[in-house]
Amino acid sequence: MVTVTPTTAAPTTAPPNARRRQGGRPVLRLLILVAIVAVVLYPLIWMVGTSLKSQEEIVNNVGLLPERFTPGNYTAGWSNFDVSFGRFFLNSAMVSLLTVIGNGLSCLLAAYAFARLRFRLRGMWFAVMIGTLLLPQHVLIVPQYILFRTLGLVGGDWPYLPLLIPQFLATEAFFVFLMVQFMRGVPRELDEAARIDGAGPFGIFRHIILPLSRPALVTTAIFSFIWTWNDFFRQLVFLSQLEDYTVPVALTLFIDSTSQSAVGPMFAMSVLSLLPVFLFFVAFQRMLVEGINTSGIKG
Amino acid sequence: MALTTAPDPTRRGPGSDRAHAERRGPGRFRNSEGLAGYVFLSPWLIGLMGITAVPMLLSLYLSFTNYDILTPFSEVQWVGLANYERMFTADPSYWHAVRVTLTFALIAVPLKLAAALGVALLLNRAWRGVGVFRGLFYLPSLLGGSVALAIVWVNMFNRDGAFNSLLSLFGITGKPWVNDPDWALETLMVLAIWQFGAPMVIFLAGLKQVPTELYEAASVDGAGRFRQFRNVTLPMLSPVIFFNLVLETINGFQGFTAAFVLSNGTGGPVDSTLMYTLNLYITGFTDLNMGYASAMAWVFLLAIAVITAIFFSTGRFWVHYSDGEDR
Repeated sequence: MVTVTPTTAAPTTAPPNARRRQGGRPVLRLLILVAIVAVVLYPLIWMVGTSLKSQEEIVNNVGLLPERFTPGNYTAGWSNFDVSFGRFFLNSAMVSLLTVIGNGLSCLLAAYAFARLRFRLRGMWFAVMIGTLLLPQHVLIVPQYILFRTLGLVGGDWPYLPLLIPQFLATEAFFVFLMVQFMRGVPRELDEAARIDGAGPFGIFRHIILPLSRPALVTTAIFSFIWTWNDFFRQLVFLSQLEDYTVPVALTLFIDSTSQSAVGPMFAMSVLSLLPVFLFFVAFQRMLVEGINTSGIKG
Repeated sequence: MALTTAPDPTRRGPGSDRAHAERRGPGRFRNSEGLAGYVFLSPWLIGLMGITAVPMLLSLYLSFTNYDILTPFSEVQWVGLANYERMFTADPSYWHAVRVTLTFALIAVPLKLAAALGVALLLNRAWRGVGVFRGLFYLPSLLGGSVALAIVWVNMFNRDGAFNSLLSLFGITGKPWVNDPDWALETLMVLAIWQFGAPMVIFLAGLKQVPTELYEAASVDGAGRFRQFRNVTLPMLSPVIFFNLVLETINGFQGFTAAFVLSNGTGGPVDSTLMYTLNLYITGFTDLNMGYASAMAWVFLLAIAVITAIFFSTGRFWVHYSDGEDR
C-alpha cells in the first residue's frame, strides 16, 4: 500500500544489481523517456514561445519559438481590460494567502482533536469527516450560493467572504486527514511528559503538537495555495464585479473577445498566471511529489 | 488511500492516554479533555453544519421546488417530483450531458492510468536522474487544471495551433479540432491524459513496495518479463491501481474548467463538451433554474456514491492485499 503519512520514511529501493536482470536496455529506456518528456513539455514551451511572438508571427510562424522576441504582449495583456491585471493578481494572491492561513489554522485544530483528544462521539465525527472527503464541491455550490447571498455576502463590500469562510472552518477534509495522519506519528510520550509537567490539552497543543506539526503545515500551505490559485469554479460563481476578479476569472474575459489580436496578450497573461505555481514547483519539487502520495485526492 | 485506510480513531493501543487518564483519578482529566475536544473541533463542526449539512438539506428541499434566485423564499412553489421527472423523461440535454461525462471518464481515465503505469514502470529503477523525470512528468498535474492551461490547450488544437503544424510535418492537413463536435471532447481527454503525473507518482511509490524476492522467485521458476508483470507486478500493485481508479474516476466526472474554457461556458460546439458539472452550472447560474440544478446535484451525488460502492464491492475480486488484512 502507498505510504499515507508524511512521516513514513521512503521505502528502501532494491539494490541496482538485483533489478538489472529484469530491466530493459537502459539506452532504449532513456530514449523513450526523453521522448515522453518532449511530449509533456511541448505545450508549455509552445505557450511561452507564443506569448513572445508578435501578432504577425503568431499567424505565420508555426515554430516553437519566436524569431524575434517581442515582450509587447505582456504590457498589452497587463492593461487589456479596464482593470489592470495587477489588480487581478493582487486579488488572487490575497484569496490564496488567506486560504492558506484559514486551512492551516482550522484544520490543525480539528486534526488535534481527532488525533489526540478523547471526547464523546469522536469516532462518529471522524467517520463523517472521512465521508466529506469525497463530496464534490459542485453538489453544494447552489445552496451555498443561496445561503451566502441571503446573508448579503455575495457581491457585498468584500466579496471574498464566501470563498474564505469555508476555508476557516476546516471544510477541506483532505487537510484534516493529512494532519491527523501526521500527528499519529508524533510520539505520545511527549504528551505524557508535558502532562506530568501540568500541561492540559491546550498546553500540549501549544507546546508539543503545534511546533512538531510544521512539516504537515508546510505541505498543507503549499497545496492549498496552488489549489486556490488554480481554482476557477468557486471564484467564477462568487465574483461578479470586474475589479474583484481573480486571475482565472479575468483570463476567461480574453475568450469572450475572440479577435485574433488578443491571442498574444492572452498567452502572456496565461504564462504569468502559471508562474507562481511553477516557482512553487521549482522550490518544493521534492516535497510536492512526495506529498502527492497523500494528496491524490485532488491530483 | 483515504478510502481504504481510514484509521479507526476509537482503537486504542496499550499505554494510550486513556489508561493514563484513569490513573490520574476518576475522570477529572477526561472531562476537561472531552470539553477541550469539542473546543478544538468547533470550527470544523460549525463548518460541517453551516457549509456542508445545512446546504445539503437546503438543496434537497430546493430540488422539489421551482426556485430561481429572483423570487423571495416565501413565494417558492413546491413542485413535488417534477424536477426529477423532467430530468429523467423530458430533458434530452440532461441525458446528453450524462453521455458526454461518461464517455469522457470511460476513455480518459483508463488511458491516463495506463500512461501513468507505463511511465512508472519505465522509471521504476534505481538510477540517477529518476528524480528529474519524475518531477517533469508531475508538472502537468500541477498546472493542468488551471484556466491558463485550458486556454493554451484550446489554441493548441485550433486551426493554426501547434498540433496542426505538427501534423503538417507529416503532410497531414489538420482542422480546427476544438470547433469540431466530433473532436472537441477528445482534445479535453488528451488534456486529462497529459496530466498522468499524479497517478504515476502514486504508482511509483507502490512499485517500490513490491519485494524484489518475488521477482527473483518468479525468474527462478522461469517466468519471463511479461509473466512477471502479470503474475507479480499487477497483483502486488492492485491496491494502488484500485485507489487511482476510484480517485481518477471521481475526478473525471467533475471536469469543468477545460470544458468551460473550450466552449466559453456553453458546452459547445453542439453540446459536445457539455460535461455534467457544466450543465449544472448553466442550469443554476445562467438559466437561474436553481431548483432543477439542485435536483441535478443530488442525482450526481447519488451516482458518485453508487459508482464508488460498485468499485468497492467488485474490488474484493481483483484487489489483492498482501498482508491479508482487509483494509
